Amino acid sequence: MPGHEPPNKDNKELTDRPRDAATPGGITRRGFLKGAGVTAAGTALLEGVQVFSREAAAATPENVKEYGPEPVTIALLVNGKEHPIEVEPRTTLAEALRIQLNMTGTKISCDRGSCSSCTVLLDKTPVNSCTMLAIDAIGHHVTTIEGVTEDEKMHPLQAAFVRHDAMQCGFCTPGMVMSCAALLERNPNPTEDDVRQAVSGNLCRCGTYPKVFAATLDAAGQMASKA
Amino acid sequence: MNSFALADCSTVEAALSQLKDGAVVKAGGVDLLDRMKNGTDTPRRLVNIRNIRELRGIHATPDGLTIGPLTTLAEIAEDRGVRADYTVLADACGAAATPHIRNMATIGGNLLQELQCWYFRSADFECIRKGKEVCFAFSGLNQYHAIMDYGTCPSVAPSSSAVAVLALGGSVELTSAAKGKRTVAIQDFYVKPDANPHRFHVMADDELLTAIHIPKPAAGTRSAYQKYGEKESHDWAIADAGIVLEMDGNTCRRAVVAMGAASPVVRRSKEAEEALAGKPITQDTARAAGKASMTGAMPLSMNAYKVQLFPVAIYRTILLAAGQMERDPSATAVAS
Repeated sequence: MPGHEPPNKDNKELTDRPRDAATPGGITRRGFLKGAGVTAAGTALLEGVQVFSREAAAATPENVKEYGPEPVTIALLVNGKEHPIEVEPRTTLAEALRIQLNMTGTKISCDRGSCSSCTVLLDKTPVNSCTMLAIDAIGHHVTTIEGVTEDEKMHPLQAAFVRHDAMQCGFCTPGMVMSCAALLERNPNPTEDDVRQAVSGNLCRCGTYPKVFAATLDAAGQMASKA
Repeated sequence: MNSFALADCSTVEAALSQLKDGAVVKAGGVDLLDRMKNGTDTPRRLVNIRNIRELRGIHATPDGLTIGPLTTLAEIAEDRGVRADYTVLADACGAAATPHIRNMATIGGNLLQELQCWYFRSADFECIRKGKEVCFAFSGLNQYHAIMDYGTCPSVAPSSSAVAVLALGGSVELTSAAKGKRTVAIQDFYVKPDANPHRFHVMADDELLTAIHIPKPAAGTRSAYQKYGEKESHDWAIADAGIVLEMDGNTCRRAVVAMGAASPVVRRSKEAEEALAGKPITQDTARAAGKASMTGAMPLSMNAYKVQLFPVAIYRTILLAAGQMERDPSATAVAS
């Protein structure tokens, strides 16, 4: 969906890199580097990065783990399942989720931590996935909007958002739901002020805030009566 | 963002061994990634200290507090001990940015956050801070810029926590592989533009900020911080105040009045502190202190409003610290 591309058009290497294992020609940049038995001169053309990284790796002391700058394979634990993916060190968690894992529920709007539409849970803590590196999520449980449903059933919070019509264009909604889900996990009986504080970093240009507050308080009540 | 290699370090020694050849330290990464996305910073190599456990946590010592630089702003804002005895610091950390950013952002990174100026933070402007001759803010758009002590660069100190650390008389511990540890008082940590517009702080490239020390407040100390922005949340301060009052009954033995968004380096107002010392805290003395804080203000073409706003921020925060006024609903709400 071209309209939903993250705003990283200047990020040449990332957008130029084939998303699948091979380009139509059957050659990947990584495969080329491996297969060509590259000389120092050859790698120097590729910004000299490969040479630098090899030298650094050779001198690496204990307690230092080297990544990149070329793509590296890491394992991310997302929604309870481990996913091996290939990322560059500069790949943000939001880009890894959307591009490598095709979990496009997490939205990128500002790409600066200013709007929180990219909110995911790192362990149980809400964070902006656009403002952290994918590598920094290694060893943590990442929960995205795709992971809050259980057995294909909507989370009570999602159902409450529908009941209260707490969305218009919907672009901020996954982030709003994640922020509110984290709040209910921490505080099952919040006040409206608590909800306001929890979403104080989530921007909604349509102005759905009052309905988000109502939906979250309603969901808290529903969850309490079922518990 | 440019391509880079990342050295993920799990101990302080390992990180110190990597601080060479232009490598840049990354902790929470909030400000650094922002600058890299802006294109103003293009490091080829990052030293990731985010996973160094020994740099995390709030430790009470006989002399006060030692805070690991990787402690997040959220952890400090929520800490009961900090809230009770170092209120100004809890308030400042709890008023910064957004809840999600406070979950990632560390106090070390907050203290080292680069200056706020939209020219400095744009890759399109080569300004005096970047080693050139020109400042674009003096003749350009300067509504959020400094009103005091700016010399050749009227950017503003971005860190709320630095205002609180200054108000509490704190210091930072810097460590390098070659020279070991040194402690620098926070008022000596930042460099004023008059002294050197190309340096923001005195930390060397091979040094790591390894601890923040806050002395134990004297008996009878009360403190508070309030931040005023254009928006209710997620905004940098246009005016802010960190107040520490050492009280004998209702008489103020000693006062500290610290400000952030007035100048490129967090500052104390000697004039405002003198207006309170030895006097009872009342609306009148608080108002006089607020007024005195603007001694020497030289606003730019678009920010004279700050000369009106700071005295109000200081007046209300003095009364909040003294327990004579509620938190201002028009200031940024503080998470707890």
